[in-house]
Amino acid sequence: MIALLAETPALPLDEAGEYVAAAYIVFVVLLVIYVGLMAAKLARISRDLEELATLAESKQQAASNEQREKVAS
Amino acid sequence: MNLSLRVLAVATAVLIGVGFALVFFYVPNEADQGFIQKIFYLHVPLAVIALGGFVLAGIHAIRHLRTGDPVHDARAYVSIHTSVIFGVAVLITGAIWAKASWGRWWVWDEPTLVSFLIVFLLYATYYPLRYAIPDRERQGRYASVFAITAGAFVPLNFMAVRAAESLVHPRTFATADGGLTGKMWLTFLVCFAGMAALWWTLVRFELTAKRTSGQISRLRRALDGTAPAGGVAARIAPGATR
Repeated sequence: MIALLAETPALPLDEAGEYVAAAYIVFVVLLVIYVGLMAAKLARISRDLEELATLAESKQQAASNEQREKVAS
Repeated sequence: MNLSLRVLAVATAVLIGVGFALVFFYVPNEADQGFIQKIFYLHVPLAVIALGGFVLAGIHAIRHLRTGDPVHDARAYVSIHTSVIFGVAVLITGAIWAKASWGRWWVWDEPTLVSFLIVFLLYATYYPLRYAIPDRERQGRYASVFAITAGAFVPLNFMAVRAAESLVHPRTFATADGGLTGKMWLTFLVCFAGMAALWWTLVRFELTAKRTSGQISRLRRALDGTAPAGGVAARIAPGATR
């Protein structure tokens, strides 16, 4: 990477360079914020799925207990 | 994440990475504006994709009204949502470019800037309009009518701006007195493809998330017989399961 940068023309860090850098940084920041929001959404979906799995297991357990009681009686 | 979305996400990262590398290490500075013109490779693809997304939302809305299928309504919603986010990036990068080129953050007598702001503000009203209607079916219908009307306004607006023949805003694609060189075209096309892939990835990702949320709501209803707390998916496209 350092060798590549050495071969390429240096980015002018004068006033124009700062504006160009600002524009590209804004884009990256917006993208990172969006990806962060999507990650939060995915985490929520994952939590919901876990909750549903627990609910399904408890229902299954209750159903099997009920069946066992019927057989016993 | 299904395979196609994963491939799309990787392609997006590669295209954007290559595009930005071309911008900074390959394409020469433009003769008139110099280094500052490099904002063009970010700003213009974002703007074109955002406007294209609005038009595409109108097409999905037409399908929704014709078929009544809430999936098309969800697609129109997500297209507008993603394009509005792109629009925010367009306005910010455009303001930075304006400040660097013209010394001002905003120029009110420049039709291209003002017309984009009008389109952006128009679509910003989509959300309050949509969520002001409690009935889901009516909400979807009214939102589709809005998306079609506003989507038709976008190309009309573009043509009106072109007809205005502004002398201030740079016409980079103009060929009368120059235009883009081969290297500039290549860089622009790679950046454009990257932004298009990014837009498409975000839309697919949002739709997948909404679909999954909808399926979770259905599962919850089936398991405990209670109404779901209601996520965005349930509010937008309760029947969207494809």
